[in-house]
Amino acid sequence: MINLFEVAETNEMIAKENLDVRTITLGISLLDCIDGDLKRVNDQVYEKITRTAKELVKTGEAIEKEFGIPIVNKRISVTPMALVGGAACKSSEDFATLACTMDRAAQAVGVNLIGGYSALVSKGMTKADELLIRSIPQALHATERVCSSVNLGSTKTGINMDAVRLMGDIIKETALISKEQDSADCMKLVVFCNAPDDNPFMAGAFHGVTEADAVINVGVSGPGVVKTALQRVRGENFEVLCETIKKTAFKVTRVGQLVAQEASRMLRIPFGIVDLSLAPTPAIGDSVADILCEIGLEYAGAPGTTAALALLNDQVKKGGVMASSYVGGLSGAFIPVSEDQGMIDAVTAGALTIEKLEAMTCVCSVGLDMLAIPGDTPNTTIAGIIADEMAIGMVNQKTTAVRIIPAIGKGIGEKVEFGGLFGYAPVMPVNGFSCEAFVNRGGRIPAPIHSFKN
Amino acid sequence: MKKTIITVVGKDTVGIIARVCTYLADNQINILDISQTIVQGFFNMMMIVDTNLTGKDFGVIVDELNALGEEIGVVIKCQKEEIFDQMHRV
Repeated sequence: MINLFEVAETNEMIAKENLDVRTITLGISLLDCIDGDLKRVNDQVYEKITRTAKELVKTGEAIEKEFGIPIVNKRISVTPMALVGGAACKSSEDFATLACTMDRAAQAVGVNLIGGYSALVSKGMTKADELLIRSIPQALHATERVCSSVNLGSTKTGINMDAVRLMGDIIKETALISKEQDSADCMKLVVFCNAPDDNPFMAGAFHGVTEADAVINVGVSGPGVVKTALQRVRGENFEVLCETIKKTAFKVTRVGQLVAQEASRMLRIPFGIVDLSLAPTPAIGDSVADILCEIGLEYAGAPGTTAALALLNDQVKKGGVMASSYVGGLSGAFIPVSEDQGMIDAVTAGALTIEKLEAMTCVCSVGLDMLAIPGDTPNTTIAGIIADEMAIGMVNQKTTAVRIIPAIGKGIGEKVEFGGLFGYAPVMPVNGFSCEAFVNRGGRIPAPIHSFKN
Repeated sequence: MKKTIITVVGKDTVGIIARVCTYLADNQINILDISQTIVQGFFNMMMIVDTNLTGKDFGVIVDELNALGEEIGVVIKCQKEEIFDQMHRV
């Protein structure tokens, strides 16, 4: 029988350590909405999303009440729009209408973000893929809730450098079009290598073509819970440290599993996966960087950071895997700059640079996330940063991503404000040497030798 | 039978248990187990209850107990047992 101590521990985690379920994301396949007529596609997309997700928010709220656990976001991911709109869209403007439809549908069912304005171009781009990519700045600016992602490479296919080069331009254009709002549209745009089909976290969520008609994916959180647990074992050796992280991750993930199963039962939609990621927020005490400090670093970014993060990421997975029947998505520790007060402090103190962040992305999910760079950074340099990150993902057979904000009109040390869960970010310096001749070569980088496993 | 856990935490005062139990009795909620301690003047109680006979929605009971807690000056939480079971039992 459950005892008073255990009940108090769980409620303490919720009340004081920011334990929550970060998102219930409903994946919806839109493959059955494909049509040659643009209006019909739009109508069918709206109808399918609003019908499938009608009960999503209400169900999320009911589960919050039942278990007394906050579920911060209820969201939707859909089939990559380049596939859905390919037959009907003859121009970038045509694609942008689909983004507006996604936005309207998301508003109608009450979710705050909808992902899947996406193209999967890891080896090559179809005409439709390219039209969608070129429509991204316009589509994100015309909508409030739509998130966009582009998969630019994979371990199996190599890296599509034409698309990498193009995304350098598109990210800059997205920043320019929203320069009045601190280039905030860029936070809804992410590029991937090895993008997973079942990621519940925005901005990179989309409903992969390998998935069922509809599926429930859940992302848990709990950096604050891990940090508090580690406070109790200060000065102990690595064995004790690792065991503590593992046990805590188990408890946190079990909550996600419970919520996922309950949501699946109530909505009568199959349960997909639980994403184990430690996802920080700008709230004090809800920080992955603070865990690194608790492990023994003065600031995130100090020597030892990569090792500490590798250890953290691995233990979170080891604890989480046993707690859930299906684990998937990104499942690691997120290290966004703007969404984590500890990371912001580290950048401001001069402890954390883009190069160190890049090293950190080798050992955790996901990548260079939510960091601001000077607005006058050349497009080719942005493409170069993306190419580096894609190469890390490709060679290490892991997901990597870049969500970068060129802060138009701002220089190093100035701040960009995004508000809410997205937080704020100090503009970080970028290596000023050129990679123009490299990214302008065109074509693709072949798949690495260890991808040939057949 | 699915059980529910009610926790009451706050500054100790006269009649906390009486008020909570009256509410439960009025709503056909059966108490299966109670454990209670006072730590440094703070009242700490956990009840395991059966809500199967009540006619009210679970969400309504949660809200009404919250309101009752505010009235008495304590925090009352009402949660289904599974969240604790899942977290603390392999």
